[in-house]
Amino acid sequence: MQYQNIFTQVQLRGPLHDGVPVARGPWEREGKPFFSYLLGILGNAQVGPVYLGTLGLLSLICGFVAIEIIGLNMWASVGWNPILFLRDLPWLALEPPSPAYGLHIPPLNQGGWWLMAGFFLTSAMILWFFRVRNRALELGLGTHTAWAWAAAIFLYLSLGFFRPILMGAWGEAPPFGIFPHLDWTVAFSIREGNLYYDPFHMLSIVFLYGSAVLFAMHAATILAVSRFGGDKEVEQTVDRGTAAERAAIFWRWTMGFNATMESIHRWAWWFAVLTPLTGGIGILLSGTVVDNWFLWALKHGVAPHYAALYGSITDPSTGAHK
Amino acid sequence: MKSFAIPGVALFGAFLFCIFAVNVFSRPPVTVIATGDPGTGMQLLYNPAGVAKALALNQVPPALPEINVGAPAGTVYKNVQVLKNVPSGAFTRLMVSMTAWVAPQQGCNYCHVAGNFASDAKYTKVVARRMLQLTIAANTTYADHTGPAGVTCYTCHRGANIPSQIWFTGVTPGSGPGLAETQMGKNLPAKAVNGSSLPSDPYTPFLLNNSPIRISGNTALPTGQNPASMKQTEWTYALMMTYAQGLGVSCEFCHNSRAFNNWQESTPQRVKAFYAEAMLRDLNSNYLVPLTGIFPAAQLGPSGDVAKIDCATCHQGVYKPLFGAHMAEKFAPLEGIGTTP
Repeated sequence: MQYQNIFTQVQLRGPLHDGVPVARGPWEREGKPFFSYLLGILGNAQVGPVYLGTLGLLSLICGFVAIEIIGLNMWASVGWNPILFLRDLPWLALEPPSPAYGLHIPPLNQGGWWLMAGFFLTSAMILWFFRVRNRALELGLGTHTAWAWAAAIFLYLSLGFFRPILMGAWGEAPPFGIFPHLDWTVAFSIREGNLYYDPFHMLSIVFLYGSAVLFAMHAATILAVSRFGGDKEVEQTVDRGTAAERAAIFWRWTMGFNATMESIHRWAWWFAVLTPLTGGIGILLSGTVVDNWFLWALKHGVAPHYAALYGSITDPSTGAHK
Repeated sequence: MKSFAIPGVALFGAFLFCIFAVNVFSRPPVTVIATGDPGTGMQLLYNPAGVAKALALNQVPPALPEINVGAPAGTVYKNVQVLKNVPSGAFTRLMVSMTAWVAPQQGCNYCHVAGNFASDAKYTKVVARRMLQLTIAANTTYADHTGPAGVTCYTCHRGANIPSQIWFTGVTPGSGPGLAETQMGKNLPAKAVNGSSLPSDPYTPFLLNNSPIRISGNTALPTGQNPASMKQTEWTYALMMTYAQGLGVSCEFCHNSRAFNNWQESTPQRVKAFYAEAMLRDLNSNYLVPLTGIFPAAQLGPSGDVAKIDCATCHQGVYKPLFGAHMAEKFAPLEGIGTTP
């Protein structure tokens, strides 16, 4: 049961601690740390303290402003009815301007709020990037987490900022809303002649699903060898014990090749980061460099030809079909 | 003991999922009819319970025995305008049939003034005359869509004064008052688009006005000739949802979903649907809209517009109205025979 359980089986309860001293700046860590059993079954049982800092505070303020703009406009769209707001929340959205406004600044109620929400949300994410980077440097870490976050920001900006600029209209961007942005995504594929034939979209899917597979393989391997001390992954990168050897042999038996305690983490990071990077490139090429991915795929032998089951169906607007 | 808690949670979760599944999904069996090449996923899915329900709702009512005798109706009755050259026997038969199709409860007096059937005093009679012309136009000018099955009053009315599947123009996108962004014409659960957040009135731009429906590029690379925007695409997408919903089909009835805009990848049904678009635009703008002033205000829409038609008005959730029964051929005047335009 111990090995299959979804919940953490070991909760360490040492003395509560603040961590290493904060080296510079006027900020200190906020809040008195405490233990939580419930959070301990998912992660570490000690909660807090948290380092807010200037960047963190600014990021939260910007994020709050963005959510307020989006939420209040959504609420206004149901006539400020609180029950309808809750019931219809997944359907509600803050809509980008009409394409007629191009890249100009529209009136507030015609997409101006959308531009403003986008500005504050983008600011919040970029401030958060610097916060994550600075916290990592402060602890003497590499900045891998910050750059992974930057990859996500790149995809977000590709959809909502870079491509609309390339296409010449803010109206090309997705709305802020739960179902509406999903409908927009389907519409995007329809407009661009089927995004599944976009090779960068293909790559993005490979990295996305690949991330899930790698995560499952890695987590399963480490859990399986933790009885031999396999959870000391970092030490075992250079000093392989029986756990690392058994894990390696297991995969070599299974598929003839294995990752190492080091390489698996490089694979995982790059798979994760390449998902939004390739996805963003796929978006930026759509409508700008390629206008119909299906026709592009036919031209380059990517999409197969199927037998015409119904003879020759032609466009009736050309008058060829009667 | 603690380890028993998890199977308990799992069981409860499974129970909740079952409740969800039973209420949301249709139960097996599902009949699959492949309409495209293997691997294209072009399939029509039918559930026997759903088919039985649709069959029960889409039965053709019994037709009166055909009568084609008598002097032209225009010589026998006063104020006959559309049907004046129709034999009076066939004329009377059609009038009785129309009563059964449109006003079975109210009878003749729904349209006619008792004692003076020639009078146009009741608005319903003026509307009925125009609707006769609409039906004839649908069966003649637009035979490329209506085909040998044709349409009658019953196709839309189904025994009700007002057809159940009609539409009114919605809000103008971006017309909301005040500082907040409201009335965008989308982003609310909308019946027209199967409860989705897509544009709630795709009818007005495409089935009343003639906004371009096509949005995909016809060349692999951009030529600058296709200015269709993402917003326009969402409106077209919504229109297609109304088609699918109106006919009780999925996209694959007409399209190979790998290339929605490609005609060679499509089925012949898409050509039929194309002809319907011109028909709906004509019937809505030239037959229904001019009646706006005739209808009492209570029957008009929120912006004072007249009720209009779309696929669902005739199809009522079935791929062919009344499952393709040849109903109109039993009523020659509705196919334009002996009528004056």
